[in-house]
Amino acid sequence: MTKITADMVREHGLSDSEYARILELMGREPSMVELGIFSVMWSEHCSYKSTRVHLKKLPTKAPWVIQGPGENAGVIDIGDGDACIFKMESHNHPSFIEPYQGAATGVGGIMRDVFTMGARPIAMMNALRFGEPSHPKTRHLVSGVVSGIGGYGNCMGVPTVGGEVNFHKSYNGNILVNAMCVGLARQDKIFLSAAKGAGNPVVYIGSKTGRDGIHGATMASAEFDDASEEKRPTVQVGDPFTEKLLLEACLELMATDAIIAIQDMGAAGLTSSSAEMGDKGGSGIELDLDKVPQRETNMTAYEMMLSESQERMLAVLKPGREAQAEAIFKKWELDFAVIGVTTDTSRLVVKHKGKIEADMPITALSDAAPVYERPYKERAALTGEPSFDKKKNALESLKTILASPDMASRRWIWEQYDHTVMSDTVQVPGGDAAVVRIHGTNKALAITTDVTPRYCRPDPFEGGKQAVAEAWRNLTAVGATPLAVTDNLNYGNPQKPEIMWEIVAGIDGIGAACRALDFPVIGGNCSLYNETNGEGILPTPAIGGVGLMKDVSKMATVGFKRDGDVIILIGETKGHLGQSIYLREIEGREEGAAPKVDLGLEKKNGDFVRGLIEAGRVDTVHDVSDGGLLVAIAEMALPRGIGANVGIAALPDAIPFWFGEDQARYVIAAPFAEAEKIVAEARAAFITVAELGKTGGDRLILDDRSSVGIASLKDGFEGWFPNFMSGEEIPVKN
Amino acid sequence: MKSAVIVFPASNCDRDAKVALEEMTGKTPAMVWHQDSSLPDVDLVVLPGGFSYGDYLRCGAMASQSNVMREVKRHADKGGKVLGICNGFQVLTESHLLPGALMRNAALKFVCKPVGLEVSETQSAFTRKYENGQRVTFPVAHGEGSYFADEETLDRLEGENRVAFRYAKGENPNGSARDIAGILSEKRNVLGLMPHPERVVDKVLGGTDGRALFQSLIENLT
Repeated sequence: MTKITADMVREHGLSDSEYARILELMGREPSMVELGIFSVMWSEHCSYKSTRVHLKKLPTKAPWVIQGPGENAGVIDIGDGDACIFKMESHNHPSFIEPYQGAATGVGGIMRDVFTMGARPIAMMNALRFGEPSHPKTRHLVSGVVSGIGGYGNCMGVPTVGGEVNFHKSYNGNILVNAMCVGLARQDKIFLSAAKGAGNPVVYIGSKTGRDGIHGATMASAEFDDASEEKRPTVQVGDPFTEKLLLEACLELMATDAIIAIQDMGAAGLTSSSAEMGDKGGSGIELDLDKVPQRETNMTAYEMMLSESQERMLAVLKPGREAQAEAIFKKWELDFAVIGVTTDTSRLVVKHKGKIEADMPITALSDAAPVYERPYKERAALTGEPSFDKKKNALESLKTILASPDMASRRWIWEQYDHTVMSDTVQVPGGDAAVVRIHGTNKALAITTDVTPRYCRPDPFEGGKQAVAEAWRNLTAVGATPLAVTDNLNYGNPQKPEIMWEIVAGIDGIGAACRALDFPVIGGNCSLYNETNGEGILPTPAIGGVGLMKDVSKMATVGFKRDGDVIILIGETKGHLGQSIYLREIEGREEGAAPKVDLGLEKKNGDFVRGLIEAGRVDTVHDVSDGGLLVAIAEMALPRGIGANVGIAALPDAIPFWFGEDQARYVIAAPFAEAEKIVAEARAAFITVAELGKTGGDRLILDDRSSVGIASLKDGFEGWFPNFMSGEEIPVKN
Repeated sequence: MKSAVIVFPASNCDRDAKVALEEMTGKTPAMVWHQDSSLPDVDLVVLPGGFSYGDYLRCGAMASQSNVMREVKRHADKGGKVLGICNGFQVLTESHLLPGALMRNAALKFVCKPVGLEVSETQSAFTRKYENGQRVTFPVAHGEGSYFADEETLDRLEGENRVAFRYAKGENPNGSARDIAGILSEKRNVLGLMPHPERVVDKVLGGTDGRALFQSLIENLT
């Protein structure tokens, strides 16, 4: 047997104390295969060792939650026996090294997480962060990631219905690619991963195993440096065609009652899928690697156990049902092999070529995995009101902001995604939330992804709250009742106390908002060590939110629809300019405190707005977020080119009023008679409300004094992305 | 009207086609697997959109060699109606049921958006319920939809009034020759088009311009 040296331990990303623990748990020196298995299962990526104690504080329950965190994805009850299954997951490190394949396999991986539970995926979303536009790699990465997401999702025939994109220099060396999949199942046909019972066949289905992706999970648990490009061989290669067949074959098998447990082979492939299934079922698993379908010759047990080849699943069947299952996979021309059996030993045993290559207690990989309460240290808070030039022309600034990298239209991206396949997309990308009808019904799911990273650096707690509140607000703005979230926590190196503080405070903020808004966390993913050469990213806890609409015909959209509608602002405006888009794009500074989120106000204002939509009284709603009020109004004018005349009497300071990023606000537009009633009702409910003006014309007129043509705003708004990607214009720095 | 939808591995608009046919005809179409070597007795065969066999070779090239396509050709030879949408159009050109080829989009990118079309030929079983020159909007969703044929073929298609749909002025999303979006076979019983009429039969989804195509077929075939 190979002697394990200190170098080998380090190369496997394990610390000395972790290795000492392995020796203790095993009672002997591990084999190379066992060391590899420990390395991936105890990696940050698989074990959540730095975040586990904090994640436990998140609220995960509600009467409508069927399955919270801990399975491949979370499940909620959406009525009539239907269940919605969803999750968001990162594929950051691979996407930086190899953007097309990294993003594509990120999409494939999250889809498998959802369909392994019995759901048909019905919508995809993605949250992307790139470096500053002027960085030499940014264009290449945007292009690769977008075509990778499209290449995989389009072939799968699942609509990619929305997402978000930010550019910031903190992502120059470490982009973020977070993909979310939403699926639909019947509540009595949900499949879990607990491999209960001994003597049941363990079957391998899908693609053959190759040498790709070995140590992917370990790579995802370390910082980057200049040599990271050399890790390209650890990036997996996606095959959406096989995944589409795997999806259809799995759903066909799931329609029978042959399956006891099923789990996709994602990070750490065969190792994590077998260990997790055994662990959850309280049983052991014995694998015979000679039976594993292999794409390459002379693969070792080590390589097979650590391969992250894509499009593979592991299932435990009821005894005697192998032939029935095999027939289905043959029809779909996929590999199918019985590669093992469940046992009553609670051990993971791996055999290859007549030798036992690994024999270890499964709990050593799960319960006994290390858990750290890492020290954290609060960074001094950024406070104070930033200064600004009061003489700047508001409409000129609006034009600049709408044509800035973070605010310009993302049409260039989403037109490359098939967002209407499956014929249920009711609200296409570009609105507050995507809306997808539940097939064959009048109900619909609203979906959004949100976080404002520039708030999370100065104030990780408020930033975490804001991410949840904005997701809740976006779902509300289309008329949906927000039900649950998945969180994708992207941070730097948790071994640095200030970063660990960002993580802890961020989770606390998310927890506070989810509790206050009755918006539980039902699953998620942590991506740590997002650093290059010691520089961490902005803390980016992306929130994927899902809400339910009972009657899709009542849905509200952003665009103004008629001339003469009264424009109403719901919520209070103090004019918070700290960390605003205005301050960054117009004054060139990232300063001040992040806006505070009053969760009570969020709920009160949001419930009021949703009530109006559900009653069919309002069809035009937009939440006020990035860029502030004037940007929100412009975004409502742009879709149909209907202008507006807005203003407010006795304004002390125009700039903070129009561009401040105070939270808990919505703009709605309604015909005069309805608008008068709405204003009176809001006042009676002690909700801050203001009439800002009327829709009409083809210009945005401010205070009856100055104006700008909607067409000219549109040129900048629609123009930035295609110009940037064509390389014709030297991009501005942010 | 009796219909069938062919299902290739990685067809992904097969359900959309089925739902549209159910909605329009009130009858469930037969779903026919690519390995089947016979077709049920139907009036209309639909080749749906998707990425048949992954489209790792030229789009539609693998599908054109499948068992079921021999039967589809036989159906077309007998004058049976065939509708190929998106990937289905690509399969039809690869199978030589329609002339020309679909190349990568001029911008070399996948494109999904609603596109304005002109119904340029109403004398067909697929388009008679439209007005001549009527402007309609169907979504497109493809990476390889740039219609190409030699000048002689294009002249002939136009001369024989076989261009059923054209992209409206300024709306050509893929660089197709002469703005061609959909063409008819010589016997006018086969229609291939890149835009998706089956995605616009429901008002909630933003349009119903595709309904007339199915109504034309129903009127013709029942």
